[in-house]
Amino acid sequence: MGNTRVIVAVYGPREVQNKSQQNNNQALVRCEYSMANFSTGDRTRRQKGDRRSTEISLVIRQTMEASILTHLMPRSQIDIFVQVLQADGGTRSACINAATLALADAGIPMRDIVTSCTAGYLCSTPLLDLNYVEDSAGGPDVTVGILSKMDKVTLLQMDAKLPMDIFENVMQLAIEGCKAIANYIREVLLENTKQLESRRGG
Amino acid sequence: MRDLQPSLNQTQRVRLQSALRQLHSLPSSSSSSPLSSVAVADPIQVNHDDNILKGHGTLDCDGEVVATLCGVVERVNKLVYVRALRARYKPEVGDIIVGRVIEIAPKRWRLEINFSQVAVLMLSSMNLPDGIQRRRTAVDELNMRSIFEENDVICAEVRGFQHDGSLHLQARSQKYGKLERGQLLTVPAYLVKRRKQHFHHLEQYGVDLIIGCNGFIWVGEHVEAGENVGMLVEDQKKTSTAEEESWSFTPLETRKHICRIANAVRLLSALGFTLTVEAIVDTAEASLASNIEINDMLGAEFFVQTAEREVQRRASMVRKKG
Repeated sequence: MGNTRVIVAVYGPREVQNKSQQNNNQALVRCEYSMANFSTGDRTRRQKGDRRSTEISLVIRQTMEASILTHLMPRSQIDIFVQVLQADGGTRSACINAATLALADAGIPMRDIVTSCTAGYLCSTPLLDLNYVEDSAGGPDVTVGILSKMDKVTLLQMDAKLPMDIFENVMQLAIEGCKAIANYIREVLLENTKQLESRRGG
Repeated sequence: MRDLQPSLNQTQRVRLQSALRQLHSLPSSSSSSPLSSVAVADPIQVNHDDNILKGHGTLDCDGEVVATLCGVVERVNKLVYVRALRARYKPEVGDIIVGRVIEIAPKRWRLEINFSQVAVLMLSSMNLPDGIQRRRTAVDELNMRSIFEENDVICAEVRGFQHDGSLHLQARSQKYGKLERGQLLTVPAYLVKRRKQHFHHLEQYGVDLIIGCNGFIWVGEHVEAGENVGMLVEDQKKTSTAEEESWSFTPLETRKHICRIANAVRLLSALGFTLTVEAIVDTAEASLASNIEINDMLGAEFFVQTAEREVQRRASMVRKKG
């Protein structure tokens, strides 16, 4: 998304590594988020378990879990590994969009395509998909994740304060951004499926 | 295996693109035309008057049938389901599979097959090395490691599912069992179709080819069906070392053939073509005919040539039918 690049690897459904966490009715969804050393402006070595990583991992896991039909794969585990290669604002959204693509490509049944987008409010204008410069200007940053066809919100985060009416505008803008991304993702998935099927042949 | 991406120069890229485009434009043989591909959350066309059975990969959302997977819609009488492409293997009873032992548990082996859980091979579903049908005693259980160890490759058949959803295998026939002296290859499971025969003995190469339904393919030196059992019975110390040496030496020619067939499998899976014995043998023979070195088989030139050959083969099949 713009200059933000992320890579997502999905493993599973496979056998649960940690037997104590095994759930007899559902699949276990695990997610790990990390930023590469070279992803931001200055090269910093990030701790594996630092607070921001854990929080974003949790957020991505909950968002994807709302969409994956986990009851179809009991006693198994789905791992989502996310790594940010180039960070320019909106890394959370890019990760969720990439995770949706990876899960759909891996053939894991999902209720709907989950997409996410950020929006902000600077200089009295709502802005869609802030980059790093706009984000660090100190204005509010709203991240919205939705199930596109069903029109349901699965993720809503905001930092800084916003009056209620402006918040509604900004959220509406973010939802429109999400829908545009969902269309694009859907086209790509369909094209890929057609390619694979035609190659496989009769 | 999408990791095989040979670096193509400009002409090769153009040739590959045109070959793939021709493949796309060929009318497909079966009902699964690319027109019935769906992505996640796409509605599926159904006639609402009939009682349609909603199968795998579908979800009932406010009366609309919606796909939950990316794949192709298949309709069989009243059943509508979505067949996913690059998904995990979906086992059915009686499938022949190849797996790798990852753990030895009380009275059973746990094998990794390309499924969402590990498959279980019970000690009682396995022929004992001395061939007698008897009750398994505690001594047998302690000697499990002498039959199969961790990281051994085993060929078995799906016996069924247990009530808790785990998969049970059986290896009661002579043709199942430990596989030695060869290579194990993993390909996406959707490239392997269920056929009558999964064990192939390629006589002109002296090579065994086992195409597991789970996408694990074994290419190895040919072993007669009863040989493995005989070997395990004798105490290894008793046979002379010279005999053992000659037995355990695979000739260079056979090893080259094994590598050639294995590379043919890797190439076909990278191109996304269905894996059949005929296709694999054709590719290997084409590489022999064009005098391509074994390691060059995975290079750019042969990659493009194989794609072009496949296009010609499919076009000629369509012409024969039409």
